Amino acid sequence: MTALLVILGAVVGAPARFLTDRLVQSRHTSGFPWGTFTVNVVGSFILGTVAAATTSPTVTALVVTGFCGALTTYSTFGYETVQLARQGSPLLATFNAVGSVMAGLGAAGLGLAVGAVL
Amino acid sequence: MTEDLPPTGEDIVQAPPRPAMEPFRGQGPATLVVALGGAIGALARWAVGLGLPTLPGAFPLGTFLINVAGCAAIGVVLVALTELRQAHPLWRPFLATGILGGFTTFSTFSVDSQHLLLGGHLALGLLYLAGTLGAAVAATWFGAAVTRRLGR
Repeated sequence: MTALLVILGAVVGAPARFLTDRLVQSRHTSGFPWGTFTVNVVGSFILGTVAAATTSPTVTALVVTGFCGALTTYSTFGYETVQLARQGSPLLATFNAVGSVMAGLGAAGLGLAVGAVL
Repeated sequence: MTEDLPPTGEDIVQAPPRPAMEPFRGQGPATLVVALGGAIGALARWAVGLGLPTLPGAFPLGTFLINVAGCAAIGVVLVALTELRQAHPLWRPFLATGILGGFTTFSTFSVDSQHLLLGGHLALGLLYLAGTLGAAVAATWFGAAVTRRLGR
């Protein structure tokens, strides 16, 4: 049952990441991976909110493990960081690495605060 | 003034393509394989979490290993698919965006870090933050570099 909830959340979360990335990357020409940055920050906020608002195992499996886990990605984030460095933009690579982690941390904190109020 | 002239046929032909304005066109099959791969990856992450659950105030070892392993794997997969061989265009969304994207997680990493910091485990929280970032980026680079070398 839990496995089905995880699958259900991921089946929505992963395509949401894919399509959000394509949409965001089509709206600028900077070469910076704003698409992955966006899903990671938004996903961190949603997970923080839900984690603080409920301990329901059903919601946790569906939204936290399934949806938020699949909406966000560390592997693409890592690959894009390495690619920026390889393409001669160590500054952008550093900004992506540190900026994503700081923004994700901030979004998670904000989400935890919002979820605690709900 | 040239800018006042109406566009000629040549101008239109030479206008740069603008696929960017339709980011979703033709992405149906890719979206489907991303969903399938994402479900497989998320299920694997959930299974690892059963064996290595994250406990309050402790280093989230399961998520750490998932993210580092997933980063090493994406380095291998994307170099193999984009630099070494001509693969069917659906392999990348299935393996990288789907399975590895669904397997690794940034949101759990952010919230677990924040829980450690807010819970007063400052050193452990910072270790987890910097440790995951450093190990994940190093693993990505390593996976890509080894694959590139072996593929030559």
